[in-house]
Amino acid sequence: MARIYLDHNATTPVAPEVAASMDRAVRELWGNASSVHHFGQQAKAAVDNARSHVAALLGAEASEIVFTASGTESDNFAIRGAAEALEPTGRRHLIAPSIEHEAVLRTLAALAKRGWRVTLLPVDPSGIVSPEVLERAITDDTALVSVMHANNEIGTVQPLAALAQIAKAHGALVHTDAVQSAGKIPIDVKALGVDLLSISAHKFYGPKGVGAMWLRKGVRLMPFMTGGRQERNRRAGTENVPGIVGLGVAAQRASATLEEDAVRIGALRDRLEAGVLAGVTGAERNGAATPRVPNTTNISFQRIESESLLIGLDLDGIAVSSGSACSSGTLEPSHVLKAMGLPHMRTLSSIRFSLGTGTTEAEVDRVIAVLPRLVEKLRSLATVGGRR
Amino acid sequence: MKIVVAMSGGVDSSVAAALLAEQGHDVIGVSMQLYDQSEGQASFGTCCTIDDLYDARRVAAAIGIPHYIVNFENRFTEQVVGNFISEYAAGRTPIPCSHCNSDLKFSTLLERALGFGADALATGHYARIDAGPDGAFVLRRGLDMAKDQTYFLFSLTQDQLARAAFPVGHLDKAAVRRHAERLELRVASKPDSQEICFVPDGDYAKFIETAAPELKRPGPLVNQDGEVVGRHEGVHRYTIGQRKGLGLSSREPLYVLEIRSPAAEVVVGPRSALERTALTASSVNWVAGTAPEGWKSVAAQIRHKHAAAAARVRALDEACAELEFEEAQSAITPGQAVVFYDGDVCLGGGWID
Repeated sequence: MARIYLDHNATTPVAPEVAASMDRAVRELWGNASSVHHFGQQAKAAVDNARSHVAALLGAEASEIVFTASGTESDNFAIRGAAEALEPTGRRHLIAPSIEHEAVLRTLAALAKRGWRVTLLPVDPSGIVSPEVLERAITDDTALVSVMHANNEIGTVQPLAALAQIAKAHGALVHTDAVQSAGKIPIDVKALGVDLLSISAHKFYGPKGVGAMWLRKGVRLMPFMTGGRQERNRRAGTENVPGIVGLGVAAQRASATLEEDAVRIGALRDRLEAGVLAGVTGAERNGAATPRVPNTTNISFQRIESESLLIGLDLDGIAVSSGSACSSGTLEPSHVLKAMGLPHMRTLSSIRFSLGTGTTEAEVDRVIAVLPRLVEKLRSLATVGGRR
Repeated sequence: MKIVVAMSGGVDSSVAAALLAEQGHDVIGVSMQLYDQSEGQASFGTCCTIDDLYDARRVAAAIGIPHYIVNFENRFTEQVVGNFISEYAAGRTPIPCSHCNSDLKFSTLLERALGFGADALATGHYARIDAGPDGAFVLRRGLDMAKDQTYFLFSLTQDQLARAAFPVGHLDKAAVRRHAERLELRVASKPDSQEICFVPDGDYAKFIETAAPELKRPGPLVNQDGEVVGRHEGVHRYTIGQRKGLGLSSREPLYVLEIRSPAAEVVVGPRSALERTALTASSVNWVAGTAPEGWKSVAAQIRHKHAAAAARVRALDEACAELEFEEAQSAITPGQAVVFYDGDVCLGGGWID
């Protein structure tokens, strides 16, 4: 069975040039990047090279990039590091929208248990945080405002620059979880006006187990990992050279192809969305059409449990997800759709389609063709089993 | 044929899946998640714990079939656990496994299976399905009488039997384990599950008191003449025929004869007073689809481990039946099932009033 992968927001296949670079790094660049000798220098040069590519993707300076082990670690580092660094100033208030990824929400919840005040901002029905809402919530003891750039479930892009401006006016630091936007839409940290930004390699055709955080020059955080002096004392631990090399090549690749990919993938996503909404009765898009990352659409199917549809599609060779992959298998409806105020049943019947560079028009058309009969079949079976 | 197998992670359903796959069927493994495991805690039991889901997944991978976990936590809590608690509260002794089979596996899970394009749902039950002479499906006891599970499957209808498969029903347990070893399944020597899955330590009273503290209602222990002979801490702690835990001393051993839930009264008396020859049952299912005309001679089983005894049964209406044993039976217990057999054919059954 030819399988169709439409779950690129969960993870992406490793690009061939990324795999090749990592293969070489594993074999040849095994030196410790902190060592003085030739072997260390070889590894160090590769890490520096990767750092430049990541910086270029973000419009940043290489010295502002810190490598981590994941997007989740970057989020933790930014939030915990900022909260602790600003603790002596008396700023004990943290703000984030209620639709953040759990890497942010659970980190905030952990800090709330330790005495920080946490405000979760509501979003409008299209999934957007309005600047007025932030304006009302922010105070002069707010330490950090963390706002995701693009949402992982619905793809909507937040008005980050406007939000950052408000935060700055109150002297707060601004972090953005850009895990779902990096590689999909252009990022310029200066234009966004943020202080901290998190990314993850495997969301844009890089390897798992490596991420990065950008810190604006001059911003000081408490180190999240303590130990050796790697990453300018900001993140201890021997560098994951193959992973970092892979991230660098993925960033280089994204910088080169991003605009072209966005146009092509965006057109396919629009074709898929229009085809599904037209072809399946009782299908509704969740979240704003724009601004949105070009690869994502989230659709609810009336009178369907997303769990069934997900399995049915997989058995038909089509890989999608419901909500975010991290929370699949739990009973909770998507916290994102819930925060948008969607009816309970609609939050339990949503499917996320996220396209990628390998997606073809033929694949999209097959999904459009398969969905109507699968949905109708599932709806027709609601009363088969036994008497109740 | 495309078949969904309900995989619990135990040896029976693992072998069921493996045998179907070996026969060349298009097999899909599905495990039911029945309670919240997101924090990694096993709040309930030994069956379908996170370890069992892991075992099911590993077996599915080993035999090369897709495997999915479906979340039935709400339904399980409402339909199975809820019924278990309300039955004890009413002074009855429930069988949650039967409800799980009829209200979850062969209804909701079967619906899902059909939605996935499957023709049938298979489980690891020890039971057999044959096509009868008139084309109707016949439910038979598992070949291994010691493991037979038709007592828990009496409520299956013709529609459900048409889409059910029991691949290990024609095997005995030793043969199932030999198949597991031959196929090198990791669960080959896994012990059988014993207790009700969501009460792994078997302490039903404690489970009910935790889930519904309001049921902890003390009351009197009375004898057959209505005299108070002691106190008890709640009717949910008793079942008909129980002798232990009454806290009474008397010349001859005393047994629980009757539980009067509204008054919170537990009636005790001598063993001889436990004997009854007649019962009525509700929510009766006749596997063939229609009730027999008039009285029918059957062998009737009133507990999972009861040797079916000669009796005659007749339908009173669509849902009720009355039954008379040839010889008196001890401890006929409201809430348990009475299941009717003709030889090894399960004719149906109902819930004892």
